[in-house]
Amino acid sequence: MKSAWWKILCVLLLMYTVVGGFLFSVPRLNIVNETIRALYFHVPMWFAMVFLFLGSAVHAIKYLRNPSVESDIWSVECANVGLVLGILGIITGMIWANYTWGSPWHGDPKQNGAAVALLVYLAYFVLRGSVNNEEQRAKLSAVYNIFAFVAMIPLIFIIPRMTSSMHPGSGGNPGFNMYDLDSRMRMVFYPAVTGWILLGGWITTLRIRMKLVEEKIALKEDEKNK
Amino acid sequence: MKKINKILLLALLLLINPLLFAQDAEMADKMRSEGKIYVVVSILLVILIGLIAFVFFTDRKVSALEKRINELK
Repeated sequence: MKSAWWKILCVLLLMYTVVGGFLFSVPRLNIVNETIRALYFHVPMWFAMVFLFLGSAVHAIKYLRNPSVESDIWSVECANVGLVLGILGIITGMIWANYTWGSPWHGDPKQNGAAVALLVYLAYFVLRGSVNNEEQRAKLSAVYNIFAFVAMIPLIFIIPRMTSSMHPGSGGNPGFNMYDLDSRMRMVFYPAVTGWILLGGWITTLRIRMKLVEEKIALKEDEKNK
Repeated sequence: MKKINKILLLALLLLINPLLFAQDAEMADKMRSEGKIYVVVSILLVILIGLIAFVFFTDRKVSALEKRINELK
């Protein structure tokens, strides 16, 4: 429990996020109304996803430089939890869009880009599922992982900014720039992002520890069966 | 497993139902009342349900591992 400080921090930050997110004052805006508070829950999902996908790509590179089961497990589980957070991000985005844009799916460049990025990462797991040889699976998926990360960046961060998009922070819309300047919202937004990233990391480390134990059990089982 | 799928589907339908309901003009339905605060509530609920479901499946995997350890002994 010595290294549990960041888990405690995660819990405290998320509790603060929920309380502050629902109760602290926010700018009064038409159409958006109170849904602006979803900023503290929807956006951090994507922050955490990108953070985990970055971790996944880093461990993929690590694997290619120096193949080890550990690097492979890290890479897979970062991508796994990242994908879950991305799916949650897209569902919450659809709910939000329904009440502010008028329909859940607008074909907005940011929405489409995010959906394609998620499909690219879904294909990562399809690829892994289709190779039986463990070493080959790890190597192939590590290479694909780097491509997936490189593809995700323009899909989510560049293309939506180049075209017109209703999504705040994208082209043709000053969006949250004006809300971001609101220091009241920053007081909750930054802790929220940190808290959700920590939670994503926490769940990922649990999955990694589980997979490492599974690896050890498999080794023992092999020894026993010999 | 199938039971869980059914529960998840039901939860999803319950969440989507008010969304479909609110498609036409701004009526005084729940999701648009009180400055649309229930939209934020449902968003947080989706995140919680999603993460809890994920933790639940992880829990089952850990249980399976525990079983394998016990069989080794």
